[in-house]
Amino acid sequence: MNALIWIIGGLIAMLGAAWVFRLGAQKATNNKPYFRDLPLGVAFGYVFAAVALTFSVWYFFQPRAVEGVPQAGVIFFRWAVIGILGFAAASWVFRTVFRTIGTEGSKKLFRSMPLTAAFGIMMIIIYAFVSIFAGLIAPYGQEEILGAANVVAGGDPALGGDPEFPLGTDQIGRDILSRLIYGAQNTVGIAFVTTCLAFLLGGTLGFLAAVLGGWLDQLLSRMVDALMAIPSLIFSLLLMTIATAWAGSEAWLVTIYMIFIIAVIDSTRVFRLSRAVGQSIVVMDYIEAAKLRGEGLGYLIFREILPNALAPLLAEFGLRFCFVFLTIASLSFLGVGIQPPKADWGTMVRDLSQFINFASFAPNVAVTPLLAAGAIALLTVAVNFVVDWMLHKSSGLKE
Amino acid sequence: MAGLSKIILQRLLLGIATLFAVSIIIFIAVNALPGDFAQSILGQGATPEAVAAIRDQLGLNASPVTRYLKWLGGALQGDLGVPMSQALFQSFAGASTGGDVITVFDQIVPRLKNTLFLAGVSAAIAVPLAVTLGILTALYRNTAFDKAMNVTTLSAISSPEFFLAYVLILFLAVLNPVFPSLSNIFPGMEFSDRLNKTMLPALTLTLAVTAQMMRMTRAAIINLLASPYIEMARLKGLSPMRVIVKHALPNALAPIITVIALNLAYLVTGVVVVEVVFVYPGIGQLFVDSVKIRDIPVVQACCLIFAAVYILLNLTADILSIVSNPRLRHPK
Repeated sequence: MNALIWIIGGLIAMLGAAWVFRLGAQKATNNKPYFRDLPLGVAFGYVFAAVALTFSVWYFFQPRAVEGVPQAGVIFFRWAVIGILGFAAASWVFRTVFRTIGTEGSKKLFRSMPLTAAFGIMMIIIYAFVSIFAGLIAPYGQEEILGAANVVAGGDPALGGDPEFPLGTDQIGRDILSRLIYGAQNTVGIAFVTTCLAFLLGGTLGFLAAVLGGWLDQLLSRMVDALMAIPSLIFSLLLMTIATAWAGSEAWLVTIYMIFIIAVIDSTRVFRLSRAVGQSIVVMDYIEAAKLRGEGLGYLIFREILPNALAPLLAEFGLRFCFVFLTIASLSFLGVGIQPPKADWGTMVRDLSQFINFASFAPNVAVTPLLAAGAIALLTVAVNFVVDWMLHKSSGLKE
Repeated sequence: MAGLSKIILQRLLLGIATLFAVSIIIFIAVNALPGDFAQSILGQGATPEAVAAIRDQLGLNASPVTRYLKWLGGALQGDLGVPMSQALFQSFAGASTGGDVITVFDQIVPRLKNTLFLAGVSAAIAVPLAVTLGILTALYRNTAFDKAMNVTTLSAISSPEFFLAYVLILFLAVLNPVFPSLSNIFPGMEFSDRLNKTMLPALTLTLAVTAQMMRMTRAAIINLLASPYIEMARLKGLSPMRVIVKHALPNALAPIITVIALNLAYLVTGVVVVEVVFVYPGIGQLFVDSVKIRDIPVVQACCLIFAAVYILLNLTADILSIVSNPRLRHPK
C-alpha cells in the first residue's frame, strides 16, 4: 500500500512539474507557438522521460556491493543496460559497415533500414553461424559430464566459479556455455526443419486448393477449419501424449514425432495464407494465358503462382518460424518436447529455474536460467523485428 | 434485423458443427494410442483379471462408434468419466466402490474457475491498458514515445511466456518482494489475498497479450485518419485528442473488439505455461500433469473444454464484428 501511495504521489508531483515546465518555457520563449499549444500530457511526457533517465543514470552508478553484500538490483540493472546499449551499438556498427561495403542494392537497403531491423539481421546471422558451427565453437561436448557440478557463472573462484567454465556447470556437471551453443543447433535446427516441412505441406495443398477449387478445396478447407478450432499448444500437447506412448523408451523418436506433429498443426495456418494468396493470383490474366498455352499443374504452381506469392510467404515464414520455435521451447519447458540428454534451451530453463530464487544474494547463480530463456527471446525478437520491417516496407505505409 | 439474427444463427450452428468435428478429432487421436488401453494403464505386469476388470469398467469392449457416442453423450451432461488414477486405484481395491468416486468433472470444475479468475484479472488489466496505449500511440505517432512503445511491445509479443514470467519473478518477487512468486490458491481464501497471489501470473499474461491489442488499436485508428470526416473534424479546429476519441475511435471499434475477443481466447488457452511456472492450480496445470502421467480421460476432457472456450470466443469475435459493421450487417 505504501508503495502505491509513493507512486501516485510521484505521478502527481511530475504533473505539477510539467505544468511549471510549460509555464516557464512559455515565459522564457515569449510564447512561441510550440510551447503555447503544448498539451499538458506532452509536457508530462517530457518530465517523465527526464525523471526516468536521471534515475537510471543515478542507479547505474550506485555501488555494486555495500560492505561485501552484493546489491543484486544494481547488478541486474547494469547488466540489462549494458546489454541493451551493447546490442544497439553493435547493430549500429553493423549497419554502418554494410552501408559502405557490398553491392549497390544491399547498400541502398541498409541506408533505409531502421536500427531494429539491422539488429534483427545481425542476430539472425550470428545464430545461424553458431548453430552451424556449434561443434567447432563449443569448448566441451553437450552430453559430456565434467568433474565439477554446480560451478557458478562468472569464472571467479572466490564466488565458487572456475575460469574453465565461464558460464558455470549445471546440476550434474555439464558445461552450460557448451550446452547453450549446442542448444542453438538443436532448438533452432529442429524449429527450422519443422517450419520448412509445414511450408512444404501447407503451401502445396494451399496452392492446389486455389488452382483446382471445387470439392478438393472444400474438403481441405473444412478439415483445416476443424483443426484450427483446437488451440495449437493444447492440440500439440494432446498429440505429444500419444507420441510419447508410441515412442516408448526411445527418446529420439519423440523428437521426430514432435517435428511431424508441429509441422502438421502449423501447416493449417500456411494453408490458409497460401490458398488466399493463390486465389487472388489465379484470376490474373497471365494464369489464363498459361492455361490456354496448355501448361500443366506443376508449371502453373511453381513457375506462375509461386514467384508471385513469394513476398507474403517469406514474411509468413519468419512469423511461422518464431511460432514453431516458441511452441517447441514451450513443449520442452513443459517436459514433453526435445528429450534429454540433447541440449535444448527450453529444458535448460526448466532445469535451472530454481536458481532464480538466489538472485538477491548471488546474482551470478540466478543468471543462468535467464541466459537460456534470453537466448530464445533474442532470436524471436530479432526475427520479428525483421518481419515487421519487411511488412512495413511492402505495405508502403508512410504514416 | 431479420437478416442479422439469421447470420448469428448461422454462425452459432457453424460453431456447434465445429465443436462436433473437434470432439471427433480428439476421440480419434486418443484412440490412436498403441496397444490396449487397459494394458497401458496397468503396465506390463498386470494380471488378465485386472485388465478385464478395467476393460469392463471403461466400456472398452464396445465398438468405437458406440464408445464415441457414449463419451459425447456423457460430456453433454457434464459426465466426463473417471480419471485413470482413480480407475487404477479401484482395480486394485477390487470392484467399483461407487458413491465417493472423484470424477473428472469434480477435478476440473474448481480448476476451471481458478483459470477463469486468472484470465479475468489479466483481461481487466490488459484491455484498458491496451486501448489507452493504442490511442496514445496513434495520437503521438512517429514520435520517440511511439517508437519506444513499438519496440517494447514487439519484444513482449515475441518473447516466450516463461522468459517474461522469470523476469517478473526476478524483479517483483526476488529482488523486490512485492508479490509472491508461487500462487498457492485454495478455496475459501480472502479476495484480496487471492488477488495478490494471482498478480504475477496475471501480469505475465498481460505483457503477452497487451502488445497485440495495442498495435491493432493503433493501426485501426491510423487507418481512418485519412478519411474525409477526420479531415473535416480537424479543419473545424478540434484538438487532436478529441478528433481521435470522438471521431476515429467509434469507427475503429470493430477491429478492436475482434482482436480483444481473440486475445481473450488466447488468455484462456495460453495459460498453460504461465500456470506451470507459478504453480497456479488452474486447468492448464492439470492438463500438463495429466499429459505427463498419460491420464487419458482428463486429457480428453481438458482438451474439449479448451476447444469449446476457444471456439466460443472466436464465435463472439465473429458475431461482434458483424454486429458492429453495417457493411457486413447488410450484405449485398
